[in-house]
Amino acid sequence: MKIIVCIKQVPETTNVKIDPEKGTLIREGVDSIINPFDMYAIEEGLRIKERLGEGEVIVISMGPPQADQALREAISMGADSAVLITDRKLAGSDTWATSYTLARAIEKIGDYNLILCGKQAIDGDTAQVGPGISSWLDIPQVTYVKKIRQITKDKAIVERMTEEGFDVIEIPLPAVFTVVKEINEPRLPSLKGKLRARKVEIPVWGVNELGLEEEKIGLDGSPTRVVKIFTPPPREKGMILEGEPQKVVDSLVEKLKDVVIR
Amino acid sequence: MMDYLLTEEQQMLKELAHQIAEEKIRPVAKHHDETQEFPSEIMKILAQSDLFGVYIEEKYGGTGGGVLDLVLVTEELSRACGGIAICYAASALGTYPLILFGNEEQKQKYLPDLASGKKLAAFALTEPNAGSDASAIETKAEKKGDYYILNGRKQWITNGGEADVYVVIAMTDKSKGARGATAFILEKGMEGFEFGKKEDKLGIRASATRELLFDNCKVPKENILGREGMGFIVAMKTFDISRPGVAAQAVGIAQGALELALEYAHQRHQFGKPISSFQGIQFMLADMAAELEAARALLYSVCRMIDGGNTNVAKESAMAKMYASDVCMKVTTNCLQIFGGYGYMKEYPIEKYFRDAKITQIYEGTNQIMREVIALGLIKELRKKK
Repeated sequence: MKIIVCIKQVPETTNVKIDPEKGTLIREGVDSIINPFDMYAIEEGLRIKERLGEGEVIVISMGPPQADQALREAISMGADSAVLITDRKLAGSDTWATSYTLARAIEKIGDYNLILCGKQAIDGDTAQVGPGISSWLDIPQVTYVKKIRQITKDKAIVERMTEEGFDVIEIPLPAVFTVVKEINEPRLPSLKGKLRARKVEIPVWGVNELGLEEEKIGLDGSPTRVVKIFTPPPREKGMILEGEPQKVVDSLVEKLKDVVIR
Repeated sequence: MMDYLLTEEQQMLKELAHQIAEEKIRPVAKHHDETQEFPSEIMKILAQSDLFGVYIEEKYGGTGGGVLDLVLVTEELSRACGGIAICYAASALGTYPLILFGNEEQKQKYLPDLASGKKLAAFALTEPNAGSDASAIETKAEKKGDYYILNGRKQWITNGGEADVYVVIAMTDKSKGARGATAFILEKGMEGFEFGKKEDKLGIRASATRELLFDNCKVPKENILGREGMGFIVAMKTFDISRPGVAAQAVGIAQGALELALEYAHQRHQFGKPISSFQGIQFMLADMAAELEAARALLYSVCRMIDGGNTNVAKESAMAKMYASDVCMKVTTNCLQIFGGYGYMKEYPIEKYFRDAKITQIYEGTNQIMREVIALGLIKELRKKK
């Protein structure tokens, strides 16, 4: 069972601020972490391997050279190996270009049974890269997986979370699953894992290694255009009307006429 | 921050223990304190993180570090909960006799499961009438063919009932006094080996403290640790190595308390200012920080001495245990004082540190016994010079 987990290094967003002039994230002094939803994907990969008693968990990440750190963290949790995809030419890739690049990397690794991704990244929040990979690879996908009921090398039965409950889906493998936080509780790293992570060699693949078509990557290869980024103005304070119900209703109707209803 | 020039590996295990302490232990510390429930879940996490094997050789499944590695982990865990930390450290107390005196067969049989944390260990010396005076042990072991038959009871055994492997000191020849004691390896489930009541304690309430009861318990003669009559040497040499663990618990508890008190002193306003701006509080904080750092420096030095292969460490090990635990009691008392009336309330975490601190002055040799060990060491050294 060869499981490939795609992860992204993101800024720890709890304290992230946006530069109001440039409309970009202020990255200075902000720690980088593995995207929290990807932690569930790593954990699920490790659990599938443990459940089947065999297999290999390979973690890949596309990002700047420091994403190496995120990959080492995944190895300290128990992943077998990792690949870093980094190249200046990839900078500015949107979800289309990113999923294309990741798909090419997955093809280069080859012989895979399952691709796991977090449901979305907490910085971009698009939830498009996982499905994008499945399209580029032309393999089926299940998004928002909250439980893997059964899994073998060529078939899985999973639960997909919906707003009302969940769907049970039987799906042939290889496939792409994106997972939600309900699926598991990620483990902490182990000391032996950390020791291994320190020494392990992580191959670095760029545009040449992956044989990428340049018109499909980076800012120029990305159809998405960010036209404007802005912080929505804070909501104005509400108002509490007090007094006799009859009078309150009357003044409420007046106010509604004033403010909204024309 | 003081730099103790830890190796990269030591830094790594310290960080890992810190992460577990903050993310997993701190949130449940109050629960285990209130209920006295044994923290099995946390033991599982420590096992998965490979922390039970940090002082055990690689060929037995450990990561090959030494006493300092064990101490770093114990200290970090104690910052969050001295009770949960001791469940971890007491397993090392039960494991050290095997490392020091076990033969190859015994090591291969027991150490891998202890290093992985699959099993916990415990050490059993104390009895109702034998505390500081260990030669008063009444538990008997009579040889019958290929077995020893144990009868008697042990008291206040940390990890009692939770551990799978026990090192038990029993008298094989009462007439020889201290030289008539022998160390045995017992396993939970052996015929005639039962557990008595679980104690209700002032502090370290997450840890299990139980009686061990031996009623014609049959122990195979291969389970003797060292040789017959070596029981006291096993116990004393074990304590030389394990007392830094108690010191580490003390340093960790004191560190945890100091951090809380500092934070509180900074937030709490009286007379229109944070109380940390008052010299009365500042001097307390400064004294505590300096004494705590001195205790830590002494502790790490002793650990490095042991890890460097020095075996004559009774005096130094006793110094670390005595000094660190006295500092811990003082620091937690003063930290509670900084919290004022709030410190006396169970709603705030500081009173637990104060309760957890006390045991460090008592167990693995009271601090009065520690002072005797230190003084005897001094006199011995003087005689050698003359």
